[in-house]
Amino acid sequence: MPDEKQPESSSPARELDRRAFFAKIGLGSLGIAAAGTAAFAYQFLSPNVLYEPSPIINVGKPESFAVDSVTLDANSGIYLVRAAEGFFALNAICTHLGCLTTWNQELNIIACPCHGSKFNRNGEKIEGPAPKPLPWLRTWVSDEGNLMVDRSTNIHPLQFLRI
Amino acid sequence: MPGKTDKLIEQVEHSRVWRSIFRSGTGTSTLHRALAIQQNVFLHLFSNKVRKRMLSVSSTWYLGTLTFGTFLILIVTGVLLMLYYHPSVPQAYADMKDLQFVVSSGLFLRNLHRWSAQAMVFLVFAHMFKVFYRGAYRAPREFNWVIGVMLLLITLLLSYTGYLLPWDQLAYWAITVGSNISSAVPLVGSKIHFLLLGGNQVNANALLRFYVLHCVILPLTALLFVAVHFWRIRKDGGLYVQQSEPKKLAAPDDAVLAKEAK
Repeated sequence: MPDEKQPESSSPARELDRRAFFAKIGLGSLGIAAAGTAAFAYQFLSPNVLYEPSPIINVGKPESFAVDSVTLDANSGIYLVRAAEGFFALNAICTHLGCLTTWNQELNIIACPCHGSKFNRNGEKIEGPAPKPLPWLRTWVSDEGNLMVDRSTNIHPLQFLRI
Repeated sequence: MPGKTDKLIEQVEHSRVWRSIFRSGTGTSTLHRALAIQQNVFLHLFSNKVRKRMLSVSSTWYLGTLTFGTFLILIVTGVLLMLYYHPSVPQAYADMKDLQFVVSSGLFLRNLHRWSAQAMVFLVFAHMFKVFYRGAYRAPREFNWVIGVMLLLITLLLSYTGYLLPWDQLAYWAITVGSNISSAVPLVGSKIHFLLLGGNQVNANALLRFYVLHCVILPLTALLFVAVHFWRIRKDGGLYVQQSEPKKLAAPDDAVLAKEAK
């Protein structure tokens, strides 16, 4: 670095000498190469194709759910709730650190086994470390008459699906 | 009989092959002993001479050495476990069970790996507490303390990445929870989470990534830092001994460096 400052301190009029010029060129190209390598590494490490299950789930016929029932689909991590107002789906993954919650019929709550977060049937937080309520998921009825849930799309709470 | 053995040893030590490998020569003089350390690629990291007091149990409790010992056990047992373990979703759990119930000595090696891992984490902390409470982290050894903190982080990461490999419920949820903690990093949290797992959930990509980190990247990094850590002991004036510490703690001055260069 002192080499670069030398021209300014010794004589302002003095031009960049050959050694300092090539040092700058060299460092500059190394910098560009390093930035390119970082970008390359980031792109390489981010998979473009994921073999993960589809976010859209077919939960079956609406008639198969009793009124005032909460059904956990452990494989897809969602609750299908049939309330008096209609159907809705909740994400069953705890908003704290991603554990799978369970429905407790006796206490009428959703509880997380990992750190003790508790939610009511509408996904609202009752207690525990969870920072947010369980999100409501977009739910609709397919042309075949099946209930469909999109795990990747959150909706505002209390939007019941009436059939 | 002992005369004969001694003679044989002497013959071997004076043979051309032996002398080509160990060039320092044989002998018990101070020079020969110093050369034996200095001319060995592994031992030259250490000091040629140390004070007796430095080697007493009370000065270090040998905690650093014991940590390194567990690390060596982990390398040997880990490499052996790799011969039977496939880091793939359908096979990982079954391979772990095979190691326990089917492979000869598999249970012993797996348990040795597991217990050594627990011991290493404990010993690293014990070593750091010992260094901290004796004040051995102070100048001129402050950089070696920083290296030590790096080694602590690498140890914890090794422990964490190894935890996923059995691919059981405990492993799955521990890594789910642990990787979600990384999502809490401001701005780039979800990106880090995605890169760490190679996806959005703990799955085949995550298992493979953790395997590569656990078996290649982290151990190599640890070895590199361990080498620097040991070398810095010599460069920082040997192991810390409380009573003999000079009153003025100074960085090595030019005279010392010149002497070392010779």
